[in-house]
Amino acid sequence: MTAATITSPPANPAILPARGGILSSLSDLFWRRPKFLLLLMLLPPLLWLGIVYLGALLALLLQSFFSIDEFSGMINREFTLKTYSELLLPSNIDIILRTVTMAALVTVASAVIAFPIAYYAARYARGKWKALFYLGVMLPLWSSYLVKVYAWKLILAKEGILGWLLEKLHLTWLLDAWLSLPIVGGNSLSVSFTGTFIVFVYVWLPFMILPIQAALERVPVSLTEASGDLGASPGQTFRHVVFPLALPGIVAGSIFTFSLTLGDYIIPQIIGTSRLFIGQAVYAHQGTAGNIPLAAAFTVVPIVIMGFYLWAAKRMGAFDAL
Amino acid sequence: MRSDRSTSAPLALKLAAAAGLLFLHLPILLIFVYAFTTEEKTYQWPPPGFTLRWLAVTWNRPDVWQALSLSVKVAALSTVIAIVLGTLCAAAVSRTRFFGRETISLLVILPIALPGIITGIALRSAFSLMEIPFSTWTIVLGHATFCVVVVYNNAVARFRRTSGSLIEASMDLGADGFQTFRHVVLPNIGTALLAGGMLAFALSFDEVIVTTFTAGQQQTVPIWMLEELVRPRQRPVTNVVAMIVVLVTALPILVSYYLTRDSDQIAGAGK
Repeated sequence: MTAATITSPPANPAILPARGGILSSLSDLFWRRPKFLLLLMLLPPLLWLGIVYLGALLALLLQSFFSIDEFSGMINREFTLKTYSELLLPSNIDIILRTVTMAALVTVASAVIAFPIAYYAARYARGKWKALFYLGVMLPLWSSYLVKVYAWKLILAKEGILGWLLEKLHLTWLLDAWLSLPIVGGNSLSVSFTGTFIVFVYVWLPFMILPIQAALERVPVSLTEASGDLGASPGQTFRHVVFPLALPGIVAGSIFTFSLTLGDYIIPQIIGTSRLFIGQAVYAHQGTAGNIPLAAAFTVVPIVIMGFYLWAAKRMGAFDAL
Repeated sequence: MRSDRSTSAPLALKLAAAAGLLFLHLPILLIFVYAFTTEEKTYQWPPPGFTLRWLAVTWNRPDVWQALSLSVKVAALSTVIAIVLGTLCAAAVSRTRFFGRETISLLVILPIALPGIITGIALRSAFSLMEIPFSTWTIVLGHATFCVVVVYNNAVARFRRTSGSLIEASMDLGADGFQTFRHVVLPNIGTALLAGGMLAFALSFDEVIVTTFTAGQQQTVPIWMLEELVRPRQRPVTNVVAMIVVLVTALPILVSYYLTRDSDQIAGAGK
């Protein structure tokens, strides 16, 4: 801080003129007390997230311990566990199980579809192709969620492109046979669980590809070469070397696919049956029914599930792959 | 470079990767075809004919314009807030190690890691407890909260690459903290912030789940689209709006890619 002697160098100052006054002494203060600067930097984001986000979450949790008066429909602000016991009604357990099953299936399916893309992008794609793969995943990831859902409504509709394609291939019977199956079927794909499942996989797939690719990029080539030198076949190398190292990436991706499926209420509403998912139940209870306590209790379910999930993921080292 | 390795992949892998990418892109491309179809009532494929009529019809719809202007306003405000908060957080986390550092990263990621419906209903119940009426700002409040993480991710990745000795050198040469920030730090992280801001804008512009809880009667573009999906009024207009939304969100993503493409892979910079 001794540059005060240089007043105004002509064109390109190598040393900037020091400013006097408050700014300069502030700057000195920050230098002498880095903790103070740190606090100053952390305060706005922490206040925002702490008040807006955690505060709202706490308000929600608080409401889940209230109950609703069945006759007047008013919220009774007294501590009770009654609302939680309502969660255990068979119909509500049904909703929870259905959602968790769907989330698990979607996660597995997206991992299976994502792996080859991530593997190719990480191991084989070079230069221009690499950029193409990256954009090829980023563009669908960031393009509008609703537009994607809408596109699938166009595809899965009875008169839509998929029906047309199957008709041209003389496979309509196959679709009809699938739709006549009990749980997964329905009148058309756009009002069946199969449709819901396809759209979930489609919408969350990029969230699975990116972490797997990141994990695979970190596997040194020398490891696979060493494995080959030691006599392993490509299949063995994949099973015993590459896959275990990619696993944290898969777990990291599954955090997204699982959590996003648990909380979504728009996809099953637009493409799916009338049977509810957790998100829809929350939406219905807080909206028309005005039963915020039950809605709040319902949201605790995904929070608890994700809490365990994140804890397990952390133990598997998935956060390093994020 | 890994030049010593054979660069050709097994055929099955190539096919699986190509099929996966097609699966990701074909549905979006389909939107572009449907925007020009002459069919009004159903989702008939192949389209019976093509027309430009619906572009003009959409142009003259005041509700579309209102939704668009609200969305842009909300996205712009949220982006500015997210850039400020995200950068501060990233700077603090990357330049020092302190107690609770991990907790802060977790806190930033949480609004994205937990399902959006939780953020939404939590905000709504907080608003109703505190009797805050719905306004543009209630939407911004929600959006900014989950946009922070996008800026944060980009900024942290860039800070990690920016070597600390640059800052020390600047200080040694006599610049004070603010000058160092203005002339050394900012030029280094500028493009990363811009890229993060672009992504935050796209994220906010597109958000629907949290918005349904914080918007009240106001309509952003995604809310407008959701309304059309649940209770269709004029399908061709929805098709055109969908196409416009795809174009509007693709642009910031491409720009942000261009800005950060030289940096190390920011994997999982996702939502």
